Amino acid sequence: MKSEESIADQDARPILKVASLAKRYTKRSLGGRREELFALNGIDFSILPGTTLAVVGESGSGKSTLALCVACLERPTSGSIWFENRDVVTLAENERREIRPQIQLVFQDPANSLNPRWNALQILIEPFVLQKTIKNGERKERAFSLLERVGLSSQIAGRLPSELSGGQRQRLAIARALTLEPKLLILDEALSALDCSVQAQIANLLMELQSSLGMTYLFITHDLAMAAQLADEIAVMSRGRIVEHGSAEEVLREPKHESTRHLLAAVPRIPRTPSSVIG
Amino acid sequence: MRYLLRRTVHALFLVLGVSILAFLFTALAPGNYFDEMRLNPQISPEAVAALRAQYELDRPLPLRYLSWMNSVLHGQMGYSFAYNSPVAPILFARARNTLLLTITATLIAWAIALPLGIWSAERFGRLPDRLLTWATAALLIVPDLALTLGLLVLAVRTGWFPTGGMTSLDFGSLPPGGKLRDLALHMTLPVVALVLSALPLLIRHVRAAVAEVLDAPFMLAAKGHGIPRRTLLYHYALRAAANPLISLFGFSIGALLSGSLLIEVVMSWPGLGPLLLESILSRDLYVVIGGVLLSTLFLVSGNFLADILLYWADPRIRTESGVR
Amino acid sequence: MDLVLGIQHLDVSYRSREGYLRPALTGVSFGMKPREILGVLGESGSGKSTLATAIVRLLPPNAHITKGAVHFEGKDLLQAELQELRPIRGGRISLIFQEPSLALHPTLRVGEQVRQVLAAHAAASKSALREKTLQVLATVFPEEAERISRSYPHQLSGGQRQRVLIAQAIACGPRVIIADEPTASLDPTTQMEILGVFRTLKEKLGLAMIFITHNPALLADFADRVMVLYGGRVIELGPAATVLASPRHPYTKALFQSIPSSLEGRDNSRKTRLPAIAGDWSPMSSRQEECSFAPRCAERMDVCSAREPELVSLSETHTVSCFKYEE
Repeated sequence: MKSEESIADQDARPILKVASLAKRYTKRSLGGRREELFALNGIDFSILPGTTLAVVGESGSGKSTLALCVACLERPTSGSIWFENRDVVTLAENERREIRPQIQLVFQDPANSLNPRWNALQILIEPFVLQKTIKNGERKERAFSLLERVGLSSQIAGRLPSELSGGQRQRLAIARALTLEPKLLILDEALSALDCSVQAQIANLLMELQSSLGMTYLFITHDLAMAAQLADEIAVMSRGRIVEHGSAEEVLREPKHESTRHLLAAVPRIPRTPSSVIG
Repeated sequence: MRYLLRRTVHALFLVLGVSILAFLFTALAPGNYFDEMRLNPQISPEAVAALRAQYELDRPLPLRYLSWMNSVLHGQMGYSFAYNSPVAPILFARARNTLLLTITATLIAWAIALPLGIWSAERFGRLPDRLLTWATAALLIVPDLALTLGLLVLAVRTGWFPTGGMTSLDFGSLPPGGKLRDLALHMTLPVVALVLSALPLLIRHVRAAVAEVLDAPFMLAAKGHGIPRRTLLYHYALRAAANPLISLFGFSIGALLSGSLLIEVVMSWPGLGPLLLESILSRDLYVVIGGVLLSTLFLVSGNFLADILLYWADPRIRTESGVR
Repeated sequence: MDLVLGIQHLDVSYRSREGYLRPALTGVSFGMKPREILGVLGESGSGKSTLATAIVRLLPPNAHITKGAVHFEGKDLLQAELQELRPIRGGRISLIFQEPSLALHPTLRVGEQVRQVLAAHAAASKSALREKTLQVLATVFPEEAERISRSYPHQLSGGQRQRVLIAQAIACGPRVIIADEPTASLDPTTQMEILGVFRTLKEKLGLAMIFITHNPALLADFADRVMVLYGGRVIELGPAATVLASPRHPYTKALFQSIPSSLEGRDNSRKTRLPAIAGDWSPMSSRQEECSFAPRCAERMDVCSAREPELVSLSETHTVSCFKYEE
């Protein structure tokens, strides 16, 4: 559990710092008119190593675009993304290739991001083959230890993604993200497609990985309840801008912006009996 | 709208390009119409040379091309050496005969393939579907030539159908009803041959396209709304499966002039096929080029028609969203 | 009170490609009263989608209904002829599928798709149908019914598409609506809106609704009764207020506890482990001779692995299937 002090520690250098990030899309409609859409419009934030920043917002707020930009899968129109003091946006392609393994992405729907024709073992070995980092003999070993790490039994190794449950697939996706020992994990609605009880399991896994490996998370979601559970800091996005940003405590206890209040109000809650709420 | 404009311009350039290529290849091919004449000792070399000059065969290629283009724009499409007349009327007369066959055959083939393909897709994987798949595979394997010859043998053996040609010798003296019957009898075998050769591919494509759609969630949802089976199949499924089928239809239209060459030749049907064959063999330059141009026009129009139909049928194509 | 819909001892299995039968629903029984919202709580593998499609017999060809009855308007739907079912589907019982982007025909206009549902159940003139279509769309799109009617599904947002599905479902004035995870792919605000739409419709049209979801929080202030499905069986059934506030079955209890609740003011629960249910539900683990939840149950007793528990009545309205309450 992270205490308040480490977040406020001024000496700690952020592992990720985003400044004035903007991403513009041009839509050409049938009549020939050009519409400009700012998916991201001046985003600033930073994340300290070993912590979790939750970015919450409605669909269309730009959160997924943010994920893609930070993961170097989309080029921002302007602004900078500093990863460990190097501006990813200005790097040449070969330098960026060095950084990529350190920032990994886990998507919402593992069915779409895992190769359906490969079994779990092949999926985990692929990054090693591509990056040529681990020797051939060690790869299988590493893959199996990764499976264990994410709580999957070694029997899973020979199964195809279609033969796994939603929770198992997502664990596999996380395992694959971990193969190259990244420092930053971007989770784009990674829990949203899972059943409630499975969400809890994967959330626990993520928290455990963070405390044992010192992972940093950029957790993008529209589920404020889960964000509240996992995050040290929360940033609220609306229409391409960050409208509120602070520690999880502050944002949830005293929301200042209307969007935050909307999101809080929209969270469905189970009525808990008075005895289960510790005042 | 811009989509259609782009396609039109594209099509025009295509036709132009093909005309240049066709002209180039045919004109550059060794030999010409008058080579035959030279072998004939009765015709003097001077006469041949004079004829060649008359038909402008010795002028440089680009000039000949422009002069031919000019002729096309005037509706004549060059001059046929063999028939001693402008190419256009010869081509059009023959093309009309070909179209008679191919349009009939295309309509019949689609009329059979659509319901059969849908029927098969409904029973996907089960015995009736598998039987049909084997049947179409068998039909596909049989070469057109064998098919046509087989039909001819049938005609000879049974005497039910004439063994070639478009009309009987006494066509002119028949009453209108009799004329129609005569034409129909002559058309039957070639049309049957064309339909049989086109069916396998059509049925397979319809079956594949519809089967894919039948599995879709929206079909189940519609069934859940109590939509009756006929509407589900012919309105919902067919419309959703339309894209690949429209492309196929465009191709069918495109092949209207070119797909029946073999059958026409074997069955002595006086269509474009035999004309082109004969002209190629005798190096009747402008007939060949004209024929190629006409066929290309049809092909391009067929594709263009498919593009228009696709635009009309699929609203997702209409919504031209730019970079996401 | 007269039940609108009565399900009795429903057993459904799927035949796998290797040939063996995998049970998806076992012994499911419940009744629906008019004007009530029954929340069916179930996660993947619980059989909830099977239940939804089994009621109107829309199951895939490899599904077998091996036992049971579905009583509706004096008939047993499971024994009825297929022709008798067609007017019921969409006309008397409507099904709202998951994934609105997939449940609508991609190249037909929305108005057309609603009109088809109307046309399937009533012979009427084109203009009458057109008018009724607009009326129906107006109930879910109070301001822009005209424009929506002319649109294609891909031009609408997720929430709008969901409303279209709802419009199709209510078009012919059915008595029962079965909604399978209608808000699963929507973001929270839209989710709330759609729940609001359902509530309004319940009041205005007096519908009985089966609302299937895996998220119990959605059923708060919404459902009248809650039925919990696990491993194809009904393990708890009772008034929503009771089941949500004080669940009895160990699974239900564990499920509620695993939902993050730090928004409700518990400071020290942030960044702590959630009390998640261990393990996974897999079809292999549902043997007939034990409680389907036993392998994962924290309160497991010896008897739980020996036989299947019976349904026990905790009160007139609340039943639970668990050995803990069997005395």
